Amino acid sequence: MTFEEIQRQAKAEWDSQYHGEVAHILIGTATCGRAAGALPVVEAFSKELAKSGVQAKISEVGCIGLCSLEPLVTIIKPDSFAVCYNNVTPQVVPTLFEGYVVGDDPCLDIALGTLDGGDGAPVYIPELLRFEHEHRLLMRNCGYIDPSNINHYIANGGYNSLGKALSMQPDAIIDEIKRSGLRGRGGAGFPAGIKWELCRKASGQTKYVVCNADEGDPGAFMDRIVLESDPQQVIEGMAIAAYAVGAHEGFVYIRAEYPLAIERLQVALDQAKKLGFLGGNILGSDFSFDIEIAQGAGAFVSGAETALMMAIEGRRSMPRPRPPYPSESGLWGKPTVLNNVKTYACVPAILTNGSDWFSGIGTEGSKGTAVFALAGKMVNTGLAEVAMGTTLHELIFDIGGGIRGEKKFKAVQIGGPSGGCLPENMLETPVDFDSLREAGAIMGSGGVIAMDEDNCMVDTAKFFLDFIQTESCGKCSTCRIGTKQMLDILEDITAGKGKIEDIDMLVELGEDVRDGSLCGLGKTAPNPALTTIRYFRDEYEAHILEKRCPARVCKELTAYYILPDKCERGCEHCVLACPVEAIVTNEKGIKVIDQSKCTKCGSCELVCPPEYDAVVRLSPISEVPVSGLEKPE
Amino acid sequence: MAELKEELLDVLKPEKKARRHLISLLQQVQRKLGYLPREAMIAVADFLEIPGSTVYGIATFYNQFRFTPLGKHPVKVCMGTACHLAGGQLVLEAMARELDIEVGGITDDHEFSLDRVACVGCCALAPVVVVGETVYSRMTPPKVEELLVTVKPVSREQSENQESSG
Repeated sequence: MTFEEIQRQAKAEWDSQYHGEVAHILIGTATCGRAAGALPVVEAFSKELAKSGVQAKISEVGCIGLCSLEPLVTIIKPDSFAVCYNNVTPQVVPTLFEGYVVGDDPCLDIALGTLDGGDGAPVYIPELLRFEHEHRLLMRNCGYIDPSNINHYIANGGYNSLGKALSMQPDAIIDEIKRSGLRGRGGAGFPAGIKWELCRKASGQTKYVVCNADEGDPGAFMDRIVLESDPQQVIEGMAIAAYAVGAHEGFVYIRAEYPLAIERLQVALDQAKKLGFLGGNILGSDFSFDIEIAQGAGAFVSGAETALMMAIEGRRSMPRPRPPYPSESGLWGKPTVLNNVKTYACVPAILTNGSDWFSGIGTEGSKGTAVFALAGKMVNTGLAEVAMGTTLHELIFDIGGGIRGEKKFKAVQIGGPSGGCLPENMLETPVDFDSLREAGAIMGSGGVIAMDEDNCMVDTAKFFLDFIQTESCGKCSTCRIGTKQMLDILEDITAGKGKIEDIDMLVELGEDVRDGSLCGLGKTAPNPALTTIRYFRDEYEAHILEKRCPARVCKELTAYYILPDKCERGCEHCVLACPVEAIVTNEKGIKVIDQSKCTKCGSCELVCPPEYDAVVRLSPISEVPVSGLEKPE
Repeated sequence: MAELKEELLDVLKPEKKARRHLISLLQQVQRKLGYLPREAMIAVADFLEIPGSTVYGIATFYNQFRFTPLGKHPVKVCMGTACHLAGGQLVLEAMARELDIEVGGITDDHEFSLDRVACVGCCALAPVVVVGETVYSRMTPPKVEELLVTVKPVSREQSENQESSG
């Protein structure tokens, strides 16, 4: 089949499903959709369909980015508008099915909104204000097309760019990528075009193209969503890169913790191969290229490029000094281009729309869009794609919907264990590579975690140091020993054993770890501690000087207490929930916590009925009134 | 040992006989056996004709590999950033308490094993617990017991009966 025939066939299939005679039900079944219960919803729709005998089609699609509203269902009706429904359960499926699949009632009272392809992007819900702030480029198809059907991708312009690339000179492609200003989406932001050029110019017949999908940053899941929702754009981007640099073999290094992404990527690779977008003589040219999946085995350090290549070679993923850079000596010593999932995913759109179009989005130094994973205490958790230069405030409040409940915003953690915590007065910082670095954080992998007054900054720093300390590969002694020392100090502080000079010691150690480590993991490891000290020094001082945790998180400095005047005497919720029988009823019928038995698990606070709201946390511990329960021995 | 080699025949295929396949071979062995027994690591070393210490070195470097069997219902508590901020530590402690095992351990009846994972990428639904392939979202300590009963209603009831009768 020629490319034109493939396109014609794909378009016909697409039109019959998305603009056809029968209703089309799209159900988001990416990992987050599944976690929220999407599979029983699929089952319920299939059952209704079988029962009714109505003609309709069900497709499992990826993620639209609205994770907190999962499971999401979109019903596309001929001659009507597509309607999106949120938090769908199997119980409401019959209503939706009768209403909009069989009948003509779009059930607007339980709908989230209408899906219209405003601005050229199929995924756009005009009713949700957050979409006004988004700029969907990589995610334009996510949650709309079936990721396991390559025809859906082709029908939406897929593989046009590869066809175009194969008719261009490799140098012209590299020039185009350079002009677009595309910088690596993995976090460091190295210009992709320059990487490619260095690799092209490097001597040697064998070259490799590697995609870094080892998204190990706890709190980030953009790469997973892209691979689960629209994997073909990554494959097309890699194929273009391979043609540009002269490579014939590629690897996607993906973490084993993402089984669904691996499964969908493998299906996508098989389909691409079958249609001749991978393999020998691609699209009738004399260019050959194939991609293999290499599964990561769980090591955060593998995200560092030199370490990642060691892992593909089947060795311990430990970084090595650069130069030589991978573009000269990478996988098995051969010139290698290594980019992130999202970097490759940008490439087809750049070739289709031109470098001027891409460089027209974003800021002076950072072009294009950025995908962020919004998590933590935000209302609208999920994914957002915005133009570079959008402020943190816009990201957290306009798109993320601000902080949940009545709580007050305290800090935003951006960039994961390599990033930092920024306070409220830094919210006007634009998100781009350079502004964030200046603020002490980094773009990193793009995890944005909002924290409220219930989160302790010292505990957060300790959490990241604990992670980094465990994940340090041990090659550089500053990282191996330094992060352990920093963690020990933070543990002392959160346990109320800190000394005031510890704060300066942390800063000093942090600088040593940064300067003395080889790879990105070590160089950025102190960031969470350094930024929390820089912006929240008062919290450190409260822990050390007053033995008080302002957020009442650190266990050793916090106690649970039942307010006697709020405790409704007859209720036994807390007594039953307490796993260690630390709650007893006193002679007045009021519940009292035996502090010597309490393990501070928080169960009593969770189960105390909201209308009583009698369980509180107190810090320092000395604030707990003497109950008379603790009888002297 | 001979039995084990027999069992691993479909993993240790001739076309995989290259040093670069070491990690993926270990992954396949673990998928088959649930963990990496010492004998299996030796079998892989013999197959690739490399020292056993190299195999052991790789296996202990990566977090994915385990050296004790997995429970019938492997429980993984997510300790990613979002889960931590939402109280993941308390969920982990509740799970350890309910199962009466430590992190990395397995219950006596081999029904449950308990591990912590760095991040399963469901941050929007934090804190999460993964049992087998199923993700449970927005967990709390009181929901832990409920979850365990849903996962394995019969065997837990039985073991509790045994406890009370014994």
